[in-house]
Amino acid sequence: MDLNQIYTQLIMEHNKNTHNKRALINPTLIEHGHNPSCGDDITLNLIEKDGIIVDASFTGSGCAISQASTSIMIDLIKGKKVSEAMELAEIFIKMIKKEIDDDSELEKLEDAVAFENISNMPARVKCAVLPWHTLEEALKK
Amino acid sequence: MSQIIDSKIREDFPILEKKVNGSRLVYLDNAATTQKPKCVVDAISDYYYNHNGNPHRGAHTLSIEATSLYDNAKKKVQNFINADSEDEIVFTKNCTESLNLLAYSLSQSFKEDDEILLCISEHHSNILPWQRISKEKNLILKYIYVNEDGTIPESEYEKINKNTKLISIAQMSNVLGTIFPVKKISQIAHEKGAIVVIDAAQSIPHMKVDVKDIDADFLVFSAHKMLGPMGIGVLYGKKHLLDNMPPFLLGGDMIEYVYENDVTFAQVPYKFEAGTQNVEGAVGLKAAIDYLEKIGLQNIEAHEKMLTEYAVEEMLKIPYIEIYGPMDLEKRGGIISFNVKDIHPHDVSTILDSYGVASRAGHHCCQPLMRYMGINSSVRISFYLYNNIEDIDIFIDSIKNVRKWLGYGS
Repeated sequence: MDLNQIYTQLIMEHNKNTHNKRALINPTLIEHGHNPSCGDDITLNLIEKDGIIVDASFTGSGCAISQASTSIMIDLIKGKKVSEAMELAEIFIKMIKKEIDDDSELEKLEDAVAFENISNMPARVKCAVLPWHTLEEALKK
Repeated sequence: MSQIIDSKIREDFPILEKKVNGSRLVYLDNAATTQKPKCVVDAISDYYYNHNGNPHRGAHTLSIEATSLYDNAKKKVQNFINADSEDEIVFTKNCTESLNLLAYSLSQSFKEDDEILLCISEHHSNILPWQRISKEKNLILKYIYVNEDGTIPESEYEKINKNTKLISIAQMSNVLGTIFPVKKISQIAHEKGAIVVIDAAQSIPHMKVDVKDIDADFLVFSAHKMLGPMGIGVLYGKKHLLDNMPPFLLGGDMIEYVYENDVTFAQVPYKFEAGTQNVEGAVGLKAAIDYLEKIGLQNIEAHEKMLTEYAVEEMLKIPYIEIYGPMDLEKRGGIISFNVKDIHPHDVSTILDSYGVASRAGHHCCQPLMRYMGINSSVRISFYLYNNIEDIDIFIDSIKNVRKWLGYGS
């Protein structure tokens, strides 16, 4: 296991930088996500208008992987259509399961590709996918 | 620094030679499960290669041998905890099953508004079974709260009153490492007429536990935390109490006569052992107790105390580490829970693992305690007889690198 592949510069920056970790006024969707075994606990706040995610933020606490993954996801989905966000969630989860061969699919994930190597660390997979599962739950409603 | 137990015993544990991420394995997750000496694994394979049969059921040689091995293991456990008779020893799957059995069977005679008292630091396995029966039978579930240093303040013992039907408490906390004064607790409880259940999962692997000395009505523990195999646990109960309890699981081998609409049950302990039992587990547990007795429980306790003192001393030198539990080390066993400033425990544990150090991160199955302490989770290291000073030194060197990996100065 190479920690450099896990705690990359990008992930460290998002873990420390809290620009997406804030309260949101009048969110239209609020979803709570939790990894009971390790204590990652996030609340995802979304403002959806006419099928577009116009703003998003999160609150909560957790490990560097879960916090960075949430922050990177928020940067990615802001301004996107709900259908696009759902597609990105599907691609991300497939990437973690190593079910994607097509690099053009991965490119859609932009910075979130940084978590590709997490699939080599089974104990940490659930930290990386937590925000994406939470997003899926929120958008299903 | 001199050690009480010679590191030569590490040779008895083949897994300790394993390299983890290219480094020497530093196994500090003993409160979760312990490694097995070769003699335990050998005893289990010897059982399957030479003696395997269904115990208590057949007249053939192998069944008789399996029965004898199973019963000898009970005798061993009886002597190990100083019980009056092997009939007071029930084999279960683990500590969790023992506690579920007790909650179910004891509560059949409990009445509305009877009180059950637990400590806030209990493992979920010593909370949830009592929580469920409390809801079903309208019992009152109360908690003893610990001080900031993880010990029980005197005033909390006033919660033991004449309505207290039962108190169930761990002898050693799996998070705080606190060794609770169970002898005193059982004395107070018995004065008020309450039943005393002691969860010895974390204590009995590391110190001499005598059920008569502490006057436990029931004592529960798991083999895998004391060098034995997974899947076998012990329920000790005073004979007259076990006699009056209904069985928990029903099935083969726990009956006398079965009719279409009625049944009479076997005697204690067999009425609590339904179905084919875990003979390999019993054999492995006996081998584990033999090994522990050969090393000596007093030596193990003293060895771990030395390691704990050394580890705490070194950890206190690191300003960004916060240690939980008693700082009076006389009140603590070989468990240290802590946090590293700014770093989530799961990241700490991952980074430690990259140096070959096995630790545990999370809430340790103690969410009510974590909430009470105002933390989400912690990192935990826990020692056993095969750990040595070198293990602690590697741990300390590794922990000093954790913050750097996440971009913090030091």
